[in-house]
Amino acid sequence: MKNKKNLLAFPYLLWSAGFIIIPLCMIFFYGFTDKTNRFTFANVVSIVEGENLKALGISILLALIATLICVLLSYPLAYILSGSGMKQSGFMIFVFILPMWMNFLLRTLAWQTLLEKNGVINMILHFLHLPVLNIINTPYAIVLGMVYNFLPFMILPLYNALSKIDPSVIEAARDLGANSFQTFVNVIFPLSIPGLISGITMVSVPALTTFVISDMLGGGKILLIGNVIEQEFKQANNWHVGSGLSIVLMLFILLAMGLTAKYDKEGGSYF
Amino acid sequence: MAKDKQLIKLDHISKSFGNQLVLDDLDLYIRENEFITLLGPSGCGKTTTLRILGGFETPDKGTVYFDGQDITHLPPNKRPLNTVFQKYALFTHMTIAENIAFGLKIKNKPKTYIQDKIKYALKLVNLDGFENRMPDSLSGGQQQRIAIARAIVNEPKVLLLDEPLGALDLKLRQDMQYELIRLKNELGITFLYVTHDQEEALTMSDTIVVMNQGYIQQIGTPEKIYNEPENAFVADFIGDSNIISATMIEDYLVEILGARFVSTDAGFGKNKPVDVVIRPEDVELVKPEEGIIQGTVTHVIFKGVHYEMEVMANGHEWLVQSTSMFPVGTPVGIKVDPYNIQTMHKPESEDEEAIGVEE
Repeated sequence: MKNKKNLLAFPYLLWSAGFIIIPLCMIFFYGFTDKTNRFTFANVVSIVEGENLKALGISILLALIATLICVLLSYPLAYILSGSGMKQSGFMIFVFILPMWMNFLLRTLAWQTLLEKNGVINMILHFLHLPVLNIINTPYAIVLGMVYNFLPFMILPLYNALSKIDPSVIEAARDLGANSFQTFVNVIFPLSIPGLISGITMVSVPALTTFVISDMLGGGKILLIGNVIEQEFKQANNWHVGSGLSIVLMLFILLAMGLTAKYDKEGGSYF
Repeated sequence: MAKDKQLIKLDHISKSFGNQLVLDDLDLYIRENEFITLLGPSGCGKTTTLRILGGFETPDKGTVYFDGQDITHLPPNKRPLNTVFQKYALFTHMTIAENIAFGLKIKNKPKTYIQDKIKYALKLVNLDGFENRMPDSLSGGQQQRIAIARAIVNEPKVLLLDEPLGALDLKLRQDMQYELIRLKNELGITFLYVTHDQEEALTMSDTIVVMNQGYIQQIGTPEKIYNEPENAFVADFIGDSNIISATMIEDYLVEILGARFVSTDAGFGKNKPVDVVIRPEDVELVKPEEGIIQGTVTHVIFKGVHYEMEVMANGHEWLVQSTSMFPVGTPVGIKVDPYNIQTMHKPESEDEEAIGVEE
């Protein structure tokens, strides 16, 4: 009986073997070999080369800033929507998620048009005699693109975590003498941490690895680690170095996820 | 007398949610050291009353007095009372000790004081040694005891309990009832208990407040509520009963279903329509010729302590509880002792009818 049920997982196993496990093995193979298929650490170590290290640094920095902005924007919104008891709160969430239904590339392309020197935003600003905005092809535009594209991934888990909190738990805290601020710090925030953690993970990982946003809004002037890897594969046609750098990036992501998961577990104690 | 001191007074309280009137001009006082129970079906306004006392709802009209002071608009954290919630509402991200310490830490009590209090409270609810457990690892009954411990360490003058045993199974519920009575006696504080379970109310309370549709139906001791229900709703809600339309012929004589019964009630006037309540255990089954009314047994169920029978007599299905069994089809006579007939005024207006029994 149980074996028969297990058979149902077979299509997925086939899928993951073909498109996840085998490619991963290939990355590790290319990452640790040179062009003559001999074992080497050189590809991985190439991360410390000036250009690559700088790209990794900027990537981490911009991903952190974008994640932080997402948290600051999403938390109050999710908190208000979850606590309001509004019948429309589900609809409000839907509105915030709506842009996600449009293609990612199109959305980023739209920002490119909006932000251009003679783009829509600057035309309006000029018309109102306000100083024009020159952020296209700068890190600011990249962060803007990241925040815009990944914001829903922060709002959703936070909203879920906050609306799952039993209102009577909040009433219990108030009943025991806590004012609204103490209730938030001691009860509501700790109970929302699992949602915060998954939001941070879901925003920071794609932000760290993106190359499309930096391409389109950075004008190719700012290289993120994602762009470096892309160039190794597509322009330099060097799968070995590209794979080696990918492995380093994967390590960073695993490290970050491990750290946040650890904090999540320790998050049990607040006094 | 100090014992009769009014600690809480609800003065002309009204509350609606949207178009629905939940409490209508409610007056109630609670004495110090009293175990008072608000009893009624769901939607009767008992939980709303408790939430107004706890500070989680504000009444539309009326005033709440605590020890003579107006606390109507005081937030929950400033009130000298604590609540035990229906679904425990423990902080799942804290240990048991941290849960119990919550209120004391908010009030910046010294560490050693808090430690002593945790120990004392856990002992009081028979859960010593549970300090470092997490709430999720406890059974429902244990979680409810922790919720009680968490409330009482703050030494409230009044403990509000909102159907605290509702989620527990029968055996555990009965054990907890005795535990609550013991706790109340040991702590010497006022308990305000909300429940829809009449047996729970009868077992634990000093005073029962029967509520229906936002109105208080009757206030009294358990014995008084059970033996002398003031209206058909109370009689029907508390225990099983036969509620029958009757006519008060004169003082001490009532006509029930065409037969005349001697009663102990007077002062209703002559030939007045009334309702009478006769508890099933007070209906006596005898030989047909010895009874005041004759009928036939139609149903018999064995209930353990007694048999429950239905007897068709003079067009009414009488509910009878007796330790002796009469098989279905037996012709029987019905007798009722005068003091077991409880006479009540019939509801007069349409309005009063509306708050009566819902079949």
